[in-house]
Amino acid sequence: MTEARFNIDLQNDQCIIRFSGDWQLGKAPDGESLCTALPADCKQVTLVLEDLGLWDSSLPAVLLTLARWCEQKGLILDSLSAPQSLQNLLRLATEIPSATPSRPAATKKLLQRFYDLAEMLGREISATLIFIGDAFIALRAWLTGKAKTRRSDIRFFIAQAGPQALPIVTLICVSVGMILAYLGSVQLRQLGAQVYVANLVAIGMVREMAPLMTAIIIAGRTGAAYAAQLGTMRANEEIDALKTMGISAMEFLVLPRLIALIFIMPLICIYANVIGLAGGAIVASGMDVSFKQYILQTQGAVNGGDIFSGMFKSLVFAILIAIAGCQAGLNCGRSSIAVGIATTSAVVRAIVYLVLADAMFNVLYDKLGI
Amino acid sequence: MTVPDDTDRISASAAAPAKPIMRVTDLTLGYGSRLIQQNLNFEIYKNDIFYIVGGSGCGKTTLLKSMIGLIPPAQGEIIYHPDAAEGVNFYGASPSIQLELRKSWGVTYQSGALFSSMTLAENVALPLQLYKDLPERQIAEIVAYKLSLVGLGGFEAFYPAEVSGGMLKRAGLARALALDPQLLFFDEPSAGLDPLSSLRLDQLIVQICQALDSTVIIVSHELPSILSIGSNCVFLDAKTKTMLATGHPQELAKNSENEQVVQFLNRAEQIKQSRYHD
Repeated sequence: MTEARFNIDLQNDQCIIRFSGDWQLGKAPDGESLCTALPADCKQVTLVLEDLGLWDSSLPAVLLTLARWCEQKGLILDSLSAPQSLQNLLRLATEIPSATPSRPAATKKLLQRFYDLAEMLGREISATLIFIGDAFIALRAWLTGKAKTRRSDIRFFIAQAGPQALPIVTLICVSVGMILAYLGSVQLRQLGAQVYVANLVAIGMVREMAPLMTAIIIAGRTGAAYAAQLGTMRANEEIDALKTMGISAMEFLVLPRLIALIFIMPLICIYANVIGLAGGAIVASGMDVSFKQYILQTQGAVNGGDIFSGMFKSLVFAILIAIAGCQAGLNCGRSSIAVGIATTSAVVRAIVYLVLADAMFNVLYDKLGI
Repeated sequence: MTVPDDTDRISASAAAPAKPIMRVTDLTLGYGSRLIQQNLNFEIYKNDIFYIVGGSGCGKTTLLKSMIGLIPPAQGEIIYHPDAAEGVNFYGASPSIQLELRKSWGVTYQSGALFSSMTLAENVALPLQLYKDLPERQIAEIVAYKLSLVGLGGFEAFYPAEVSGGMLKRAGLARALALDPQLLFFDEPSAGLDPLSSLRLDQLIVQICQALDSTVIIVSHELPSILSIGSNCVFLDAKTKTMLATGHPQELAKNSENEQVVQFLNRAEQIKQSRYHD
């Protein structure tokens, strides 16, 4: 293999560039170095490729850069002595002029950015409220038997969100029950009141931790899955197909997922309560609190209002998770990266909704004396 | 600027084949117990523009995927460079040899298969960055050239989600061409393209074949392309699950002993005639 070279001869106003050697990727000079080597007073560029050996894309890439440079400077480029196949490739590369597509300006003033951010936030809130409204209209249509929702889909999503989530719910809630018990025992042991560990675990789990922890698990597991499923459907134009068939995406896709979560979340919450209490019992048994004592204390500490308040929270959390997941999925872009963004957005939104809703519930319950 | 006419294209593609670059021997393909194709035997020669032809669902894409190492055959061999000392049965070769072979291929997929997190330029630059030790400036020049070659000059900074389906396909082709492959595989390259873009793609395929000394293997239904630029083809059948014929498409259209092959390849002519009758 001989070295890829070019020599420039200036004859009057004409630059003659002689190419020689083997022009192979990684062993050839680039086009910019050729352009910068051309004298400034040149009016015409003529290519001579008689001594050219082997060549690959490195040569037409250099010649294309040269052709564009000549065009920019208003110089005439004579490439007639180039091999026919090279000329053909160059012709194909220059046949369609390079486009100058417009793109939004990348840099904006700080104030403009804040304005854009506020505008986007406003649009998001408005879109979310409209989405929630549409979801409730669809839910009402389903309750009156008018929605195009398949029962098999509801069953499928109940199975996916419920029984299949039990192992992770068990692991997390038994751990939370144990954590609450340990936390309480450190303080209560100083007062000789270890038996009240049961009260602490029962109130903590039933009113707060069971609904919140199950909701966070379901948001991460099921809400993210909803966003990914619907996002992929959007990328594959399945949602467009539904629309053109006259089927509402809200009724056909969102509703089964929403109904499934509304149905399954309070049940998972009850399961999480039991498992959390069991976790507390394991720790309490190590602190000279018998199982019977633990049960009696728990019965005394928790009333129907506590159980109802936890389950109601769980019901609202179910709606929020389904809304966050489905809205992110339906608004997804049409690429794999957009599906990833939609999934992340679904989880983040769901957790923000959950924490805000939980805080509001606590204030409300306090005011109502529940 | 002149556009080569069909005569040029046919004479370019009908150049005498040199030596086989791939030999398919007793190949049987399937998914688990489901048979797709069996007893496939044919050769692809250097500088061929080889078409895999057949009705929908007959296993054309499966055969292509098997050739590029994605679907191992149930039986039989795919041998690259069979008459050369370095000839290898792809599925019997070591991973390092398989990688070397893969570097000499360019593959375009039906949907373009571009990486959505990268711009078009980054997509095309990726193989160059991975396998060639080139300065960034030279990579940028080659990327600009490859994108211009497929008519996408100026779209370097765009993401796949920001361009149309046809542009995605062309960008996929630019990426496949990045390393000047010896073997180019196309899966339905013309599907979704307008007739002029399809014609331009045919011209590009012929020019690449000539300029880069490449061999092209194409899965397609596009009869005008098959008959104008194809130098060799294999015709697969879904019913008998095997190949019905192999040879030059124009020869097969005139002289094939198989009626189904003749009917398929003369379909365009039949449509023309039926329109005259109307």
